[in-house]
Amino acid sequence: MNRTYRTLYSAAIIIAAAAAAVGIGALVLMAIGVSVPETYRVILTEPFKDMYGITEILVRTVPLILVGLGIAISFRSGILNIGAEGQMQIGILAATAVALALPDLPKWLLLPLVLIAGALGGALWGSIAGLLKARLGVNEILSTVMLNYIAAQLHGFLLRGPMIDPAELQVGSGTPQSMRLPKAAWLDRILTGYRLHWGLAIALGLAVIVYFLMWRTTWGFRMRAAGAEAKAARYAGIRVESCLAAAMILAGAFAGLAGAIEVTGVHRRAIEGISAGYGFSGIVVALFGGLHPAGIVPSAFFFGLLLIGADMTQRALSVPANMVLVLQGAVILSIVSAKTWLNDPYARDKAVRKMAALFGGGRK
Amino acid sequence: MNLLLVLQNILAIGVPFSVALLLAALGEMFNQRAGVFNLGCEGIMAMGAFLGFLPSFLLKGSALAPWAPAIGIACAALAGILLGLLFGLVTVSFRAPQGIAGIGLQMLGWGTAGTLSRRFVGGVTGIPGIDTWPIPGLSKIPFLGPILFSMTPFGYFGFLMVPISWYVLFKTPWGLKVRAVGTHPRAADTMGTKVARTRFQALMLGGAMAGLAGAYLSLAQAKMFADDIVAGRGFIAVALVYFGRWHPLYILGGSLLFSIAQSFQLAIQVLGIDFPYEFAVMLPYVLVILVLAFAKNSRLRGPAELGKPYNREKRV
Amino acid sequence: MAKNANRITELRVEGITKRFPGTLACDSVSLRVGEGEALALVGENGAGKTTLMNILMGLYQPDEGKIFINGNQVRFRTPNDAYAAGIGMVHQHFMLVPNMTVAENVALGSSDLRGRFRLNLGAARARIGEISERYGLAVQPDSYVWQLSVGEQQRVELVKTLCFGAKFLILDEPTSALTPQETDELIVLLARMTADMPIIFISHKLAEVKALSNKVTILRAGRVAFSGDTADHSPADLAALMTGHEVTLPRNECAEGCGETLLAARGLKVRSDRGHLALDGVDLEVRAGEILGLAGVSGNGQRELADALAGLRTPEAGSITLAGTELAGLPPRKIIEAGMGYIPEDRQTEGIVPSFTVSENLALKDFAAPRFAAGPFLRLKATDANAAALKERYDIRCPSTATPAGSLSGGNIQKVILARELARGPKALVAVYPTRGLDMGAEEFIHKRLLELRREGVAVLLISEELDELMNLSDRIAVIFKGRILATVPAPEATKARLGALMAGLREGEGATA
Repeated sequence: MNRTYRTLYSAAIIIAAAAAAVGIGALVLMAIGVSVPETYRVILTEPFKDMYGITEILVRTVPLILVGLGIAISFRSGILNIGAEGQMQIGILAATAVALALPDLPKWLLLPLVLIAGALGGALWGSIAGLLKARLGVNEILSTVMLNYIAAQLHGFLLRGPMIDPAELQVGSGTPQSMRLPKAAWLDRILTGYRLHWGLAIALGLAVIVYFLMWRTTWGFRMRAAGAEAKAARYAGIRVESCLAAAMILAGAFAGLAGAIEVTGVHRRAIEGISAGYGFSGIVVALFGGLHPAGIVPSAFFFGLLLIGADMTQRALSVPANMVLVLQGAVILSIVSAKTWLNDPYARDKAVRKMAALFGGGRK
Repeated sequence: MNLLLVLQNILAIGVPFSVALLLAALGEMFNQRAGVFNLGCEGIMAMGAFLGFLPSFLLKGSALAPWAPAIGIACAALAGILLGLLFGLVTVSFRAPQGIAGIGLQMLGWGTAGTLSRRFVGGVTGIPGIDTWPIPGLSKIPFLGPILFSMTPFGYFGFLMVPISWYVLFKTPWGLKVRAVGTHPRAADTMGTKVARTRFQALMLGGAMAGLAGAYLSLAQAKMFADDIVAGRGFIAVALVYFGRWHPLYILGGSLLFSIAQSFQLAIQVLGIDFPYEFAVMLPYVLVILVLAFAKNSRLRGPAELGKPYNREKRV
Repeated sequence: MAKNANRITELRVEGITKRFPGTLACDSVSLRVGEGEALALVGENGAGKTTLMNILMGLYQPDEGKIFINGNQVRFRTPNDAYAAGIGMVHQHFMLVPNMTVAENVALGSSDLRGRFRLNLGAARARIGEISERYGLAVQPDSYVWQLSVGEQQRVELVKTLCFGAKFLILDEPTSALTPQETDELIVLLARMTADMPIIFISHKLAEVKALSNKVTILRAGRVAFSGDTADHSPADLAALMTGHEVTLPRNECAEGCGETLLAARGLKVRSDRGHLALDGVDLEVRAGEILGLAGVSGNGQRELADALAGLRTPEAGSITLAGTELAGLPPRKIIEAGMGYIPEDRQTEGIVPSFTVSENLALKDFAAPRFAAGPFLRLKATDANAAALKERYDIRCPSTATPAGSLSGGNIQKVILARELARGPKALVAVYPTRGLDMGAEEFIHKRLLELRREGVAVLLISEELDELMNLSDRIAVIFKGRILATVPAPEATKARLGALMAGLREGEGATA
């Protein structure tokens, strides 16, 4: 009977957390005078109504999976990567620069190079925070947040300056965007007429690889031990600082790759707004997915749905796009609260005993 | 180029810039002294900025217009208190990890401010806002006068809060409790101090200060509201507390330093120096990283239990 | 804070029950302390003594049971309620804020000693002076707690409690961190205080129980096993009642000779976190097949010595050799590979990764070795097989080897750590407070294993606070004081008095006074 009570306890916590997140969103929706049920209905169902909606969800899912995987690796290894946004932007810049610099290479060579360049760019950006933490003990949340702002400025500077499309300068409109990438650097679409591209396969493949990496290799064992209990890991001979730096570099690489894939698969040029909050959404995706690839993939799909849904509510119900941030923030707060309740053996035992007292059948 | 004049110009821009940082950082200092670090400060500032702005926008031209800034300030502080309480619920009552919870609160605050702003305000509109209140006589003192004695009420409040915070933290019983709760909560608990309550009180104070800091940005500094008006100042404020060794005086120094860095972007425009605008904007953020990198051993002087939740029932 | 102006003439608890996840800490416990009585609450680690006292202090809420003071029932919802009723506790781990002064600590705990809006330490200082005089406890109100020695801090704890108007004293393992001489002083003091107020003190040291108490209650597995007059029972009787059976801890008979030096430290200088030299030229030698005990009051450099031997701290100067290999300054990985075994002080956070399974923890140091990995890939079957074998051999009680190691009891966690270390066949083993917080059964198990290691020719360095443990197991005992080894005494010549004097810093040959 106690087993059932324990499951009930966990279920109750999860339901309460979901209700809290939905509730906070509802409060804000009411404040702006929009119908709450209608909004949630649009978000959760509208995108499924046609092929366009479904493929757009998947388009959003790809960067979310990639960023989420990187963040999961870093969180599990004991370092909090809040810098995916900036790492993605640097990845975009690196990928675009390589693509524009080598337009005459054949596709089988150029495309992988471009993607690797994106990953390296993100990795480089991530390594700054990683090394600061490993060598100097600098709080990684603060450093990655600062690096986000710096990357944003760098991104803007390069796209308005050295990397701007010469055509823009001619016309004089000055939109901060690069030249269109050579066709050889394009990730092909899976279905004609829609934006869904082969990056999806890359993302899913990487999810499987990350699982094996973290749970089936000695390297992953080391990283998880360092993240789970750094002191014990040190005593066991694990170099915790190296693990932290490696985790941040890898997380940066994933975010950079996400940026490269977005550029080559969706937009085919570097333009303001590609990273569009994926860096932060990725954090929510990773947490919601239990920091495990098996959870991150469906979680990314769900948040892709939220993002598209939010776009649609903006058009249909005039709900501003910032609403997504509200929901994501509420989800984060709910998840971290729920996690601590779920992992608290004292509270759980107390609840189980109360239920046994009320409903009988418990072991004393 | 008259060096003194340049210096005066820099200070004239930099000192007002520092008010937002100072207010938010002093509030965060109380949080951290009590053992909690609130990265949601950024989100609270965003809400404070919006709520400070809103009454002025809604009441423009009406009979209540002169009261609008005061109403805005009150709303901003109130919102700060409520968000501080929310953060307390999650991190003190539920004992969730403070770092991620702070990011969650930041997203919530920022998103809500942006959503409400799009809905009720639409585009970017200016408001009369609050002007400086020069102190007669003192503001005429050469060099320092126009800088220190010709500030907005926020500015005077902010600078006054430096000695006041010092006094509260070190010379009152409540300050003693705050410091005890952040260093050795179990000892404080066994001696009758309510750990959770003290932390909540600190969070409310911190939240109110962050809300006020946000209101300053929209009412006095920019005299308008935009999505990105806070631009990371909340995070910088949190970093400032580490940098300022959790002491009001050093925090004052730190906020002056960072706001002077921030004011470079204005200064180069005003002085016509040819320097890429984006790199000037980057400066304060780079500075934060440099400062964090070279602030040695600040961990040792900080509140020992900073960041760790307290559980009385936990078996020692 | 309302204070009960009357003395407490009787404290009674009836049927107190308290549960923690997975354990029943107190099971229907009842006891009574009257005027002029000093009750010793005795039991092994984990028997429920501290839990019971924390309930009396209002820190924990009992799941069942009642508390009576002078015949009236009371409920303590918070520590404040316990204070108001006159209960004061001197904790084993001092409840003092380290970076505040003594006066500030007292002011923190008493609202009428500090002022409303302005912090006024004068009242606190005055009260401290009053109590100091009355009981002969010298305390400097304006010194910072972190500057004081362990014995001084305990005095401050006592004074603090008395300043809050305690009319009933609870002391939790008061002598655990004291030298034998300081212990004697404390016993004299407490004897004087029983004239003023009833006392409960928790201990597992039966000699002190005999010296101080007139009543004794023995807890075993959360239940009262015995309650009566101390005078009627010998320490052996009490030990038997404590464990429920005859217990003789294994002794080192020192029969075999020892081999050559295996583990040695010479001129070791190591800095502490605060920057001062915690080890100031330490010379140590442990021979093969020998147990060298290291005695000393906690805080004299043991932590830094252990860290240096494990490779977690780089020595400033000096050398550490193991079977001829120089270890000083090497990273932990190399030291582990050189054959150093290590049982860390904090088993929960240094010895195991609590969220990893028992199986993973048993392979924590060797997960990359060919035994458990094929190239970069983990060989999960091999790890599980190894875990099953070790679980059997070391009698590790856990639902399965896939259970998170953090959910095991303290004794079983220590067995996991021991199993892992011993299975690697180390040349030397450093054991830091290995039986702290464990019950006698677990203690017996660990002592047996250590003696086994000794017979197999391993060099064992045993760092411990328990003089009995050291005297039982060691071939020689070294005493560390302020970062230096004062003397190394062969076991047959080691007496508590001699070791106690050394632990207090009195070199042999100097005039020693208690």
